[in-house]
Amino acid sequence: MNVCISSTGKDLSAPVDPRFGRAQLFLFVDTETMEYECIANPAITAGGGAGTKAAQLVADKGAQAVLTGNVGPNAFSALSAAGVKIYAGMTDTARQAVEKFKTGQVPPVSGPSAGAHSGMGGR
Amino acid sequence: MVIAVASGKGGTGKTTIAVNLALSLENVQYLDCDVEEPNAAIFLKPSIRKRISVVIPIPDFDETKCTHCKKCVESCAYNALVLLANKIMLFPQLCHGCGGCRYICPESAITEQNRQIGLIEQGPAGGIDFIQGLLNVGEPMATPIIKQQRKLIDKEKIVILDAPPGTSCPVIETVRDCDYCILVTEPTPFGLNDLKLAVDTMREMRVPFGVVINCSDIGNGEVKNYCTNENIPVLLELPWNRSIAEAYSRGEPAATIIPEMKKDFHRMYNTILTKICA
Repeated sequence: MNVCISSTGKDLSAPVDPRFGRAQLFLFVDTETMEYECIANPAITAGGGAGTKAAQLVADKGAQAVLTGNVGPNAFSALSAAGVKIYAGMTDTARQAVEKFKTGQVPPVSGPSAGAHSGMGGR
Repeated sequence: MVIAVASGKGGTGKTTIAVNLALSLENVQYLDCDVEEPNAAIFLKPSIRKRISVVIPIPDFDETKCTHCKKCVESCAYNALVLLANKIMLFPQLCHGCGGCRYICPESAITEQNRQIGLIEQGPAGGIDFIQGLLNVGEPMATPIIKQQRKLIDKEKIVILDAPPGTSCPVIETVRDCDYCILVTEPTPFGLNDLKLAVDTMREMRVPFGVVINCSDIGNGEVKNYCTNENIPVLLELPWNRSIAEAYSRGEPAATIIPEMKKDFHRMYNTILTKICA
């Protein structure tokens, strides 16, 4: 399965980025082979709508799940409409997030886990 | 003559100054542009005669024409559109109503429909032509309301614009092209910090401005020192006064309970006139 992880670094040993829309990088991981592709988040500097823009990337890449720290209301709506399951509350490394996902330790969220603009650093 | 009353910091007394200035002059039009929480009506008690709905145009997609080429999604500067498997999804609250998507759509699959985001109310308050904007609760964009309010400006009158706090888009929309801006502050470190931001904004916008120091006998002298050093005129200093605070809590303007204050506000207006003409 193709899953998207919000990441602070370019490989699976990097800690998960707690933000989705404003994440630094996305790792698209094949959970069978653990092969991955790293893509810079095009939404990180967006004036607004970072969540929807990042969700568009996830939909375009055909990921079926997102592993992240928190997801805001717009990103949640867009990802849900695209049929992407969201697993929030991920910490530790990207690799550990994939393990948690594969072993079914975390249920998908049923709503946004953070308010709008939560990833904006208190501005 | 269009005068905006703004501040960096909230709660310094913008509405207090704007209302009392309005009550001290003749032939006034008052626009409460703090559309997220307008409160001048509490003091001016207008009789609302007219209500105008404020709408923004949002795109409507004809699914039979849309080829999912994604050009509209890519052109949207506000990321209000997402292309899912075979459907465009609109996030209405992110849409600024610019019409760019409709313009760029090669299939003419986009029409526009109006979405109401707020209201403008108008009516007399004594001799004052009173106008206030009201943004619907939960709506994030105040500027379209202010923009439409400003179209009602009557240049034959002395127009007082009661601005929102801060230095972001709604303030810019209120203050742009004004003849003068009164910046209301308080003599505290918070007041000074935000006053500096407001001053930078006015200078960037090239709007002439002066400062009113409210509760001028509390805090410290740093605001005054700053104004002296920066060559900013201090138009008025209002000392703290318990009877003004008590009247305020009853919704009564200071100039109503202390009519002599009207002279101070009138003097301030004359000072502003000389600053503009100088």
